Amino acid sequence: MNNKIKRSLPEKLFNVFNILLLAGLSLVTLYPVLHVVFASFSDPVEYMKHTGIMTGPVGFSLEAYKRVLEKPEIYTGYFNTIYYVVVGTVINMALTVSFGYVLSRKNLYFNKFIMIMVLFSMYFGGGLIPTYLVVRSLGIMDTRWAVILPTAISTFNLIIMRTAFQGVPISLEEAAKVDGMKPLGILVKIMIPLTSPTIAVLVLYYAVHHWNTWFQAAIYLRDAKLYPLQLYLREILILNDQEDMLIASQTAEQMALSSIIKYATIIIATVPILVLYPFLQKYFTKGIMVGAVKG
Amino acid sequence: MKKIIQSTPGPQGGKSRLGAWFSMVGKDLRVNKSIYALAIPGIIYYIVFHYFPMYGVTIAFKEYSQKFGIMGSPWVGLVNFRDFFGGIFAWRVIRNTLLINFYELLYVFPLPILLAILLNELRNQTYKRVVQTITYLPHFISSVVICGMIVDFVSPNGFITQFVNMLTGNNYVNLLLQEEFFRTIYVSSDIWQGIGWSSIIYLAAITGIDMELYEAASIDGAKKMRQLWHITLPGIAPTIVTMFILQVGKMMTLGADKIILLYNPVIYETADVISSHVYRKGLIDNNPSYSAAVGLFNSVINCVLVFSANHVSRKVSGSSLY
Repeated sequence: MNNKIKRSLPEKLFNVFNILLLAGLSLVTLYPVLHVVFASFSDPVEYMKHTGIMTGPVGFSLEAYKRVLEKPEIYTGYFNTIYYVVVGTVINMALTVSFGYVLSRKNLYFNKFIMIMVLFSMYFGGGLIPTYLVVRSLGIMDTRWAVILPTAISTFNLIIMRTAFQGVPISLEEAAKVDGMKPLGILVKIMIPLTSPTIAVLVLYYAVHHWNTWFQAAIYLRDAKLYPLQLYLREILILNDQEDMLIASQTAEQMALSSIIKYATIIIATVPILVLYPFLQKYFTKGIMVGAVKG
Repeated sequence: MKKIIQSTPGPQGGKSRLGAWFSMVGKDLRVNKSIYALAIPGIIYYIVFHYFPMYGVTIAFKEYSQKFGIMGSPWVGLVNFRDFFGGIFAWRVIRNTLLINFYELLYVFPLPILLAILLNELRNQTYKRVVQTITYLPHFISSVVICGMIVDFVSPNGFITQFVNMLTGNNYVNLLLQEEFFRTIYVSSDIWQGIGWSSIIYLAAITGIDMELYEAASIDGAKKMRQLWHITLPGIAPTIVTMFILQVGKMMTLGADKIILLYNPVIYETADVISSHVYRKGLIDNNPSYSAAVGLFNSVINCVLVFSANHVSRKVSGSSLY
């Protein structure tokens, strides 16, 4: 392509405008995050007096971080979340891979029936309350299983997995059968290695889901020792605040300090994601494409 | 081949046809038993966590009490539905669900398309990557943290409250206590969180367009705007249609998460939607039958929406979503 085509004036103007517009968008997107970072390192008294945009911490204080790190809930929350992410994702993947493999086989008489059963659940569900009653009648209320089991398979991910298995050439499987391999052997030794890009993406999807989720934990858990990090955050960031907001009992200074403590909490709870994000970004981008071609 | 012969009805009539079916099924199960075994955990999962609740939804027509359980509670017909549709909440939650969805389709849906087009016009690849990295970032922050940030930003000394007071000359104390701001807060935070991430798929679609089309067009003297209108937009139209249908199919699932985090009793008038109503009535006010009835209403509408979305998608783009 000839790159030396002379650009017309309107085109040049458009390019400048475009660059500025996207710079503006980036600033607006980034500012709330920067605000949280700056405020978390600020001095409460000076932060209270500050108005307008922040370009850096006002004053400098690590008081808020000290206070947050003194709370044992943060450590319990982190531990529980890591537990839910690891154990939950392992269960998710074991079920999704094995079930997806069976559903991808063409020569099974009952496959169509099972597939209809799976797809129907995407159209119609019992809803929140009946699911809650089922979980309660299983006797797993207030245990870690209540957080992990009800979302053990995401139908969306299951279909992506099935599509990936369908893409593996049938001849490979037949050759393995001739060599006397059992289905489980074929799955582990042939299918999984050949679909590893899709598997990586699904691991990421499930893990992020476990990291972010709070609703199930909120309705199924009473024992605060089992709370995932997000549920603690909800108490610290939102529920306490709603009380304050409705009662309006705090002085301005207390409010500033509690704001700063919240910001420090946010930073401590989000740092792992922000550190991992640049490395994981390309897998997520790939994941969107995997989802898009599931057909 | 063998299978086909076996399943073809024999001349002897019905009984042997059934017999043939049984022997065929028996053989299928025998030959494939180790592969069917792999499906057992998955099948159990779907029965327990999807089909038991579907049966459990019958409590919408009962007066559920924990003592009698789902099966033993007495039938009451349509009382729970009458309570909902006759009550003061039905119109409020249905209206709010529809309105928020409408604003999402109006603002949250098209902006990523625009962003993808603008990103594609950038010549400097480094700059493009920086903008992408920044705009994708909010997608990775959990909804609890996002809502926690919003709650604080719109609180009395939050910077958004300060900004709005400066612009309007009003003296709002807390924007989440003002009915008129809830939808704006909800929708704009969705834009913030999703604009970059949702643009990825459109950007990929634009990259997939044949470059020769643009070259031919510029040789014919077509300006940028005309190329955009006649090549880029038609090129990504199937993606836009698919994403639009997907969005419509998701309409009834709106809310449980972010709305429950953000709303408070003062602004229920504009903030309460169907799913948050179901959650509050069922689990906090402990009224499971009423709540299951509202949930069933929601599920039925949802089913119709997903079904039509799939149907339209198959017509338009030749592939169904599920």
